Amino acid sequence: MSNTKKIGKQTIRFDNPPVIVETASIVGPKEGKGPLGETFDRVVDNMYFGENSFEKAERKFIEEAIKLVVEKQKIQASDIDFLLAGDLLNQMISANFAASTLGIPFFGLYGACSTMMEGIILGSMLIDGGYASKVIAGTSSHYCSAERQYRFPVEQGVQRPMTAQWTVTGAAAFLLSAEAQGVNVSHATVGKVVDAGVKDPHDMGAAMAPAAVDTIITHLQDTGRDVGYYDLIVTGDLGAVGRAIAADLGNQQGYDFSQLEDCGVLIFDSSQDTHAGGSGCACSAVVTAGHFMQQLRAGKYKRILIVGTGALLSVTSSQQGESIPAIAHGVVLENSKNPE
Amino acid sequence: MSETGNMNQNNLDKEMQQSQKAYEAQEYQQVVKRHSPRPKVLRNTIMAFVVGGTICAFAQVFRNLFLGAGLVEQDASAAVVMIMVFLGALLTGLGVYDNIVKVGGAGAIVPITGFANSIVAPALEFKREGFVYGVGARMFTIAGPVLVYGFLTSIIIGLLRFILG
Repeated sequence: MSNTKKIGKQTIRFDNPPVIVETASIVGPKEGKGPLGETFDRVVDNMYFGENSFEKAERKFIEEAIKLVVEKQKIQASDIDFLLAGDLLNQMISANFAASTLGIPFFGLYGACSTMMEGIILGSMLIDGGYASKVIAGTSSHYCSAERQYRFPVEQGVQRPMTAQWTVTGAAAFLLSAEAQGVNVSHATVGKVVDAGVKDPHDMGAAMAPAAVDTIITHLQDTGRDVGYYDLIVTGDLGAVGRAIAADLGNQQGYDFSQLEDCGVLIFDSSQDTHAGGSGCACSAVVTAGHFMQQLRAGKYKRILIVGTGALLSVTSSQQGESIPAIAHGVVLENSKNPE
Repeated sequence: MSETGNMNQNNLDKEMQQSQKAYEAQEYQQVVKRHSPRPKVLRNTIMAFVVGGTICAFAQVFRNLFLGAGLVEQDASAAVVMIMVFLGALLTGLGVYDNIVKVGGAGAIVPITGFANSIVAPALEFKREGFVYGVGARMFTIAGPVLVYGFLTSIIIGLLRFILG
């Protein structure tokens, strides 16, 4: 069997790059007030989103985002072949419950904050492999539901360390299709789990930076490209601290990552008191669905590499003294409408 | 003979791998340390002093009032504790106390108002899980360890006093 779609160690080159025909993003109030507030489809001004628990609110975020992407494209949920979604909550309750009302054949994914890119990669494989013509990939996170699961009750008085990040409240959905022209997924690099031995659950950037660097360098080696080939290389949610570490690690291996952008740094500004920046599944998802998709469609960027970063943190293993492994998945988005 | 040799070799390899990994983790910690922002110790210390001092000054005002109203010293102290716990709980319910701690740090966590906050915050948060498995079971998730080790320490001190004194 020929294996032409895989190149190098971990990279896939799609024969017929699936196109992101539509995206939808819904965020919470803090994200709406951030520097990218204008780029989201909808800003919800209440953390409860009209529900009576934060978990139900998060479920509504992802459900509404998926409904919105279907609506925007003027199709029905029944036209979608597969839904790939996941979130941070135990047993992925947001995605599971949303899928139960949507009635689309469903794959639940867990890649922590890399879930969006994991979904886009697998969705693209389904389409390029000929197993589907329309796939939705989606994810969500919610500051309050994440805090109560991973850390402290919201009203608990704590002083967050300067390395801590703020879980983004929101959800995004990407509609991938085999048909049209537009912004496509040309390559994907599937990450390995990297454990750098970081044990501090308030320092996710440090836990994820080695995984991000590993995936970016592997991607460049697999494709034979260099950093300058891309208009931009973006990481998911390393935050300010993680981005600085990644640039340092890249430098040690002879790569210039000083121009690296990070969704967690972009989504909030320094006046919003998030410390190192944003995090969570929704972080890279809403920034890509809003800001970067708009820039790609407008032709400002032609080709970017987005690396979703996930800290595979569990309260149980962390309390038992284990370190926090991390993963990073890279996706190349290209605008095929503007040829070179 | 060769089997034990192999086993020793395997163990040695495994140990080598582990120490290599530990060394790499240590090296990486140095990189992380270089890029991590330092906590603002001086500012935090001053704010803890100011906020903690303010809370204690409030308590002192109440104490003086109670003493002035004719309560004996022990009763006045108990009344002040009740008032301060009530205020801590109220401010937690109003969503204010976490903001005080954000500024004051330990200055707002250590006084008894902080103790009230650590009980009321999870009680509020887990109300959705019901009054038994939510409020009842989670109320002491943070205050519980404080109580356990507080009691343990007092028992040890009591025993020492009994034996020595």
